[in-house]
Amino acid sequence: MDGNERISRLLLKQEVDEFLYYEADLLDARRYDDWLALLADDVRYWMPMRRNVKVDDLEREFTREGRDISWFDEGKQTLTRRVRQIQTGIHWAEEPVSRISHVISNIRLLEANPSWAEPAEVAVGCRFLVYRNRVETETDILVGKREDLLRRVEGELKITRRRILLDQNVLLSKNLTFFF
Amino acid sequence: MASTNTTGYRRGLVDLGKGQISREIFVNDEIYQEELERIFARAWLLVGHESQIPNPGDFFVSSMGEESVILCRDRAHKVHVFLNSCRHRGMKVCRYDEGNAAVLTCPYHGWSYSTDGRLVGVPYFREAYHGSLDRSRWGLAEVAQLCLYKGTVWASWDPAAPPFLEYLGDFLPYIDLTLDAWDGSDGGTEILSGIQKWRVPCNWKFPAENFSGDSYHNISHRSVDLAGIGPSGSGRRDMPELLMARKLHIAFPEHGHQTTSYLLPKEVALPPAYQHSSVVSEYFRECEEARRNKRGDWGRMIALVGEVFPNTAFLARQPRTLAAWHPRGAHETEVWRWFLVDRNAPAEVKDFLRQYYIRYSGPGGMTEQDDMENWNYAHAASRGTIARRYPYNYEQGTGTEIENYEWESFRVPGVVCDLTRAKSSEHNLRNLYRRWAEFMEADRWEELTSGRRLGRAEAAE
Repeated sequence: MDGNERISRLLLKQEVDEFLYYEADLLDARRYDDWLALLADDVRYWMPMRRNVKVDDLEREFTREGRDISWFDEGKQTLTRRVRQIQTGIHWAEEPVSRISHVISNIRLLEANPSWAEPAEVAVGCRFLVYRNRVETETDILVGKREDLLRRVEGELKITRRRILLDQNVLLSKNLTFFF
Repeated sequence: MASTNTTGYRRGLVDLGKGQISREIFVNDEIYQEELERIFARAWLLVGHESQIPNPGDFFVSSMGEESVILCRDRAHKVHVFLNSCRHRGMKVCRYDEGNAAVLTCPYHGWSYSTDGRLVGVPYFREAYHGSLDRSRWGLAEVAQLCLYKGTVWASWDPAAPPFLEYLGDFLPYIDLTLDAWDGSDGGTEILSGIQKWRVPCNWKFPAENFSGDSYHNISHRSVDLAGIGPSGSGRRDMPELLMARKLHIAFPEHGHQTTSYLLPKEVALPPAYQHSSVVSEYFRECEEARRNKRGDWGRMIALVGEVFPNTAFLARQPRTLAAWHPRGAHETEVWRWFLVDRNAPAEVKDFLRQYYIRYSGPGGMTEQDDMENWNYAHAASRGTIARRYPYNYEQGTGTEIENYEWESFRVPGVVCDLTRAKSSEHNLRNLYRRWAEFMEADRWEELTSGRRLGRAEAAE
């Protein structure tokens, strides 16, 4: 990687960091319509379940995208419906509204196509910590890895694919009424 | 309901004459411990599905009551269910969710068991035990009874329990409505890979009651009706059935099983559904017709929800699911859910349903999320010293049950409450708790099968 490439990569990293933090702010501020606008129309949003399997059987650790039952396997249309449900004001699982913070860290650029300088698509890995506190003392802490594919559309980054790998087997939260 | 016959578990706790049930049975830790003995160690419980263990050596770790069990297929293809605890010092023999193994070796001291449960390996057998340990007596603890029914695997720890089909009694055809294919083919369903497991902070009877047929909780799901996730577009997903069929509570007092089902009219066909996809829409239209031809009057019956006593629930339409409400203490439930599709359905249909199931059911399901909020805080607000003084009300629909319900020449088995007329009833819920009280009172299975307690006489009301 020559000097120019390294600078391009650095600038892209800065842009991606800002983008992911901005996205987290939108979610935590409950600006769901603005959040939906960050999703590409063909977005795939997938959160598999995870099994305890032997070390030589790891291909069965995750339920399969597009084939198995998962926690989420969504497109923009169903994510929009989920937002609409929260916005009805009578979605009791989110009414009263939860206090949620998304902590995003360990952001790494994995790949850019066709180049760091002019990326049409960027693959990004990160960790998430989603903290939810609701009603009085009810608290959930969900931690895991995320793999995002971002696409540049008319100059703006859009989320094209999101894989959410939660570090839990039996889900310890009674529901998943929020986004990752 | 005959008010003279109001005994229940510890007189007064379950008082069906008054239509009142004490909050104690949901929040009292001592009662919970008794439930583990009297209900979960005696009743038939859902363990899994045969398709999870197709080959010799395949295993799936499941749960019965609070305890972990291993469902596996031995080398001779025979299916077993074992307590997942080493006979030597109790270590969980298998900590994987599923897999395949020739032997199950305990990681603590190394006792190993074959897939038919025999103790086949003991380190230092000759030196430390002088070869005298009777290995034949120290195999894995196995359930007393096991039944495979249309793919589902059921087990009981009680040798005195009646055989599974007898335990189900006349409820059997209602279970079939979930396990048969939509076109009426016997056992024509398979499960989708991926069993959802999650914790809900409430007593296990909250979901059991809900799936027995809580016909009153429409307000819970208003938000999802408004957002519209139905496979046919927006609004309530069961509108056509609601408009043309009879919606019935159907309960079996001798067994404690109950369902909410729709009985379709004889001559009029259901309007097309699943219009979002022509393949799916056409598939269900064909199935609907085939089922009517194959099953006659039974082809007119479509179950909505139901509960096999004590803790197995089914949803029989789409989503088609089985759920087990595993108790994890009086105040927590671990839900396990299996999802079913027609085995011979086109791939596009299976995929459409899979996606619909995920957005309907489970912790990510837009419908169930609101149920779990309600169970959570109903339980929490019932635990207090003062709260426990006030029983819940189960009066709804008392005295409106019909023994020989018939509509358009179909005589419906079970004791029925017509919800199309009544809008809502707690008939099914009372049936669940009537049986619950019988289990908690009875010392022996004979008392539970004789019907001498609350059984038929009271149910006639």
